[in-house]
Amino acid sequence: MIKILEFTGRPFILIIEEFGRILLLFLSTISWLFRPPFRFAVVFKQLEFVGVSSLPVVLITGAFTGMVLAIQTYYGFRMFGGESLVGATVALSMTRELGPAITALMVTGRAGSSMAAEIGTMRVTEQIDALYTMSVNPFQYLVMPRVLAGIIMLPLLTVTSDFIGIVGGYFVGVHLLNINSGIFVARIIEFVDLHDIFNGLIKSAVFGLILSLIGCYKGFYTTGGAAGVGKATTQAVVYASVSILISDYFLTAVMF
Amino acid sequence: MVLDGLNLTIESQKITVIIGRSGGGKSVLLKHMIGLVKPDAGRILVDGTDITALKGAELNEIRKNFGMLFQDAALFDSMNVGENVAFPIKEHRRLAKKEVQRIITDKLLEVGLSGVTHKMPSELSGGMRKRVGLARALALDPKIILFDEPTTGLDPIMCDAIDRLIVETQKNTHATCVVISHDIESTFKIAHKVAMLYKGKIIAYGSPEEIKTSSNPVLRQFIEGKYNPENS
Repeated sequence: MIKILEFTGRPFILIIEEFGRILLLFLSTISWLFRPPFRFAVVFKQLEFVGVSSLPVVLITGAFTGMVLAIQTYYGFRMFGGESLVGATVALSMTRELGPAITALMVTGRAGSSMAAEIGTMRVTEQIDALYTMSVNPFQYLVMPRVLAGIIMLPLLTVTSDFIGIVGGYFVGVHLLNINSGIFVARIIEFVDLHDIFNGLIKSAVFGLILSLIGCYKGFYTTGGAAGVGKATTQAVVYASVSILISDYFLTAVMF
Repeated sequence: MVLDGLNLTIESQKITVIIGRSGGGKSVLLKHMIGLVKPDAGRILVDGTDITALKGAELNEIRKNFGMLFQDAALFDSMNVGENVAFPIKEHRRLAKKEVQRIITDKLLEVGLSGVTHKMPSELSGGMRKRVGLARALALDPKIILFDEPTTGLDPIMCDAIDRLIVETQKNTHATCVVISHDIESTFKIAHKVAMLYKGKIIAYGSPEEIKTSSNPVLRQFIEGKYNPENS
């Protein structure tokens, strides 16, 4: 009996421990945000990396998500003559759910993984120790700018994804499936509220926090050379993706 | 426990080489000196200040007296050579761009490099990386310089070049140098004082001559490089 408890309890304790360490990293990140020196150049570099560089992939995935959504809802809604609602469905799904989620998952794959790999490599090649010896706090220098960039850039990327997704849906619905363009747009205006977009953006900011924090955390505590960096990168992507989808459910349940 | 009951005083403005087997805790000892690792018990005094009691800003203040050359140089691979050397200067001094540029060129010349400012660390050979690492360590004119196995992984000629560089740097800067090494030949070339670390303790300390003529069996075995199953 005790063995069974030990067997099931150990992973549970490990998860709680890990969660605690991530929380501590989060708190220290916040505290470093308000302490000098303020390295604006470092923050802008991360904003550029997380945001600007992710734009192409976010645009492509956003557009195709909107397009496929239009096709799927069209064939579904046609069964009961609801084609006019395709626009509203695409717009609501994009702003509330798919825009934030797809964007977060894409940025996790692109930037979250690279945070873990880069910081992990810095750890195993003693570059983080070197920062300490030069009296530079690595939490402030490495972690804080990345987390800040995640929180700021994800909503901006999401809003572009929302927009391009609706444009994609419009293109497929109006030009390929022959839905009346006036009705398509009118239904969007009728059904989509500003708070749909706004809540979606709040979610995306939380996702940005999750993916950057986990990416940095996994990188920062990497051990075991090149293999360790590989493992940290994989774990960062998996943990962040899972956490994003789980938190998505709870945020949605609370918000809408 | 890698280090236990260890007692060592480093003489100021001298080169002290700490020798010992690989995995014997030499690097750990060095990291203790600059506060990267905290001891479970005991004190580490730097100019009379116990650094084990210090945190954050106070520890950073002490660390500004240090320069450290890491085993694989630990250059920031997202920055070029010039940016690497400039990093500590930009972080801790308010200087005009031209002045920073001048210091970079000077420090690189001190370690025998020129025309590499725009190269990335990945484009450099092992010996050059160490030189750049040393230039970066020297950037803030430290009073204490720590070297973590400076000649490991280099060819014999480059080893000799780095040894000479350490001696010259110490002569020019009058810094206190602590070198971790398991390279006997280079140890006797550069050391003013030698300390032998064995099983977590300093078992011998003295001038190179004293160490060479010591009758301590563990020390003799290490210097002669003989494998002895009983002692290993």
